[in-house]
Amino acid sequence: MNSLTMASARSLALPAKGRRAAFGQIVLNEARLSWRRPIGLIGGVALPLLLLIIFGLIPAFKQAPAAFGGETVFDAYVPILAAFGLAMLGMLGLPLPLVSYRELGVLRRLSTTPVPPSWVLAAQGVVQALIAVATVVVIFAVSTAAFGAPAPKSPAGLVLSVAVSMAGLFAIGLLIAAVAKTSTAANVIGRLTFFPLMFFAGLWLPRAEMPSVLLDISNYTPLGAAVQAMQSSMQTGFPPAAPLLVLVAYAVVFCSLARRLFAWE
Amino acid sequence: MGVTGTSAAPTLRPAAEPGRARPAVEIAHLRKTYGPLVAVDDVSFSVAEGEIFGVLGPNGAGKTTTVECAIGLRQADAGSIRLLGLDPRTDRDRIREIVGVQLQASAMPARLRVGEILDMYRSFYRDPADVGELTKALGLAGKRGAYYKSLSGGQKQRLSVALALIGRPKIAVLDEMTTGLDPAARRDAWDLIAGIRDRGVTILLVTHFMEEAERLCDRVALIDGGRVVALDSPAGLAARSSGGKTVRFLPSAPFDERLLAGLPEVNRVDREGRHVLVTGTGELVNAVILTLHAAGVTARDVQLDSSNLEDAFVRLTGKQPADNTEGALS
Repeated sequence: MNSLTMASARSLALPAKGRRAAFGQIVLNEARLSWRRPIGLIGGVALPLLLLIIFGLIPAFKQAPAAFGGETVFDAYVPILAAFGLAMLGMLGLPLPLVSYRELGVLRRLSTTPVPPSWVLAAQGVVQALIAVATVVVIFAVSTAAFGAPAPKSPAGLVLSVAVSMAGLFAIGLLIAAVAKTSTAANVIGRLTFFPLMFFAGLWLPRAEMPSVLLDISNYTPLGAAVQAMQSSMQTGFPPAAPLLVLVAYAVVFCSLARRLFAWE
Repeated sequence: MGVTGTSAAPTLRPAAEPGRARPAVEIAHLRKTYGPLVAVDDVSFSVAEGEIFGVLGPNGAGKTTTVECAIGLRQADAGSIRLLGLDPRTDRDRIREIVGVQLQASAMPARLRVGEILDMYRSFYRDPADVGELTKALGLAGKRGAYYKSLSGGQKQRLSVALALIGRPKIAVLDEMTTGLDPAARRDAWDLIAGIRDRGVTILLVTHFMEEAERLCDRVALIDGGRVVALDSPAGLAARSSGGKTVRFLPSAPFDERLLAGLPEVNRVDREGRHVLVTGTGELVNAVILTLHAAGVTARDVQLDSSNLEDAFVRLTGKQPADNTEGALS
């Protein structure tokens, strides 16, 4: 991740062991904070899981319309809900604490210590990434174990798809953290970005039912590409290069923009 | 509080001759502008090791900008800065290890506990202080399990000071550390600072409380309009900038004012209704009373006013120190 390279850009007098201990302490406190103020856990884990269970209990979702290429409506929603969780964590869970730390002066305070403030950014990324991995694992596990979704055709392709999806979405979150001046602004920007992107992911109209114009747009949105990559890993095999490259492009562009624009105070 | 206010701890005052030892802080011709705004025009001072040095001045004088440049938080436009010989522009990493900073207006996440914050900051340093000892010294021992949001203003300030000290710094920079504290908490904070210095830490104290500077500081730099307008001990500054002392009394009988005006101790004589105001220096009271006595006049209702740092502040900057009443001990 970009933030990690930022963090290591400065030499530190602490020995390597001490550096790891210091980073571990920051990660620990960030984890405590996301547990004690579980907005990310609710939006990024509980909400998609709840939707998955509801969708799994709707009889009509067990049908396999011709347009869905053999999979049921429920199966089609599994990657959409995984993308839902990833987007919540990346676009709200990641930037909100960072912006509030800047508001509180936490980042400025840290920049007077031997530890650079970018470590908080990296720690927050680690915590959100761990939650994201847990979300995806739980969603795929519950969908196969409890609701009979087929096992993914290409597990390696699925892991890769999830990884690049996370990179792309977290990069968007970092850019939000970079440009939003207040927590309220970050919240508004995050939500205003989340809902249109979720539309293109197919939350309201699955991609299989989208008119070709919408589908073309969807292919180039981060969540559309994420769903496309995860869906092909589950249904057909290793995902095509296009959605993976789209996501990598988002990760690279948004990360470098965030890096350039991020204000530490 | 009079001129004698700072003589309470005379043994603690180190010799303030620059050049004798390596100064802890050395700032020469510092300049910092924000666009067209000149925040710091030309500031120079030097702080000896073990000294408590006050940076004093009205709001917007450039105090905070000066210390922020000193610790490397901001880049100076011109001038040189050395902290124990290190340049914040090139040795910032090393400076972060030996300088503990308490910033104005910096908070912590509401849902972290005091102990968790302290443990985290402790892990940033190579040879940190003991958390138990530090919390005890700062009156936070019983608060280690408390959420940051549940702390009072004074406790938050003390935690902030604890974080500034947890790396066992050689220099502590404290910016307005007693602002927002009630008088009792402020007195505790003063005792604390004196205690820190006794452990050999050099303290750079930014304040706008005159009484705080008088009580604590070995020397102060009075900054106004981005320049040092005076640099002295608080008592020296008060005496130097003022017209000296004023004796106010009610004469038992009319007398010739020239009798007093001719004395070497007296600078001027004024009338204030039936009272007489004599301004001067040295053994003013004795001189006045003896002279009047010789002329057969008794001085009644005698009052002596010594000017203090606050008078110096007003005289040198033309401004009233901010929330001065808040700083008064009740």
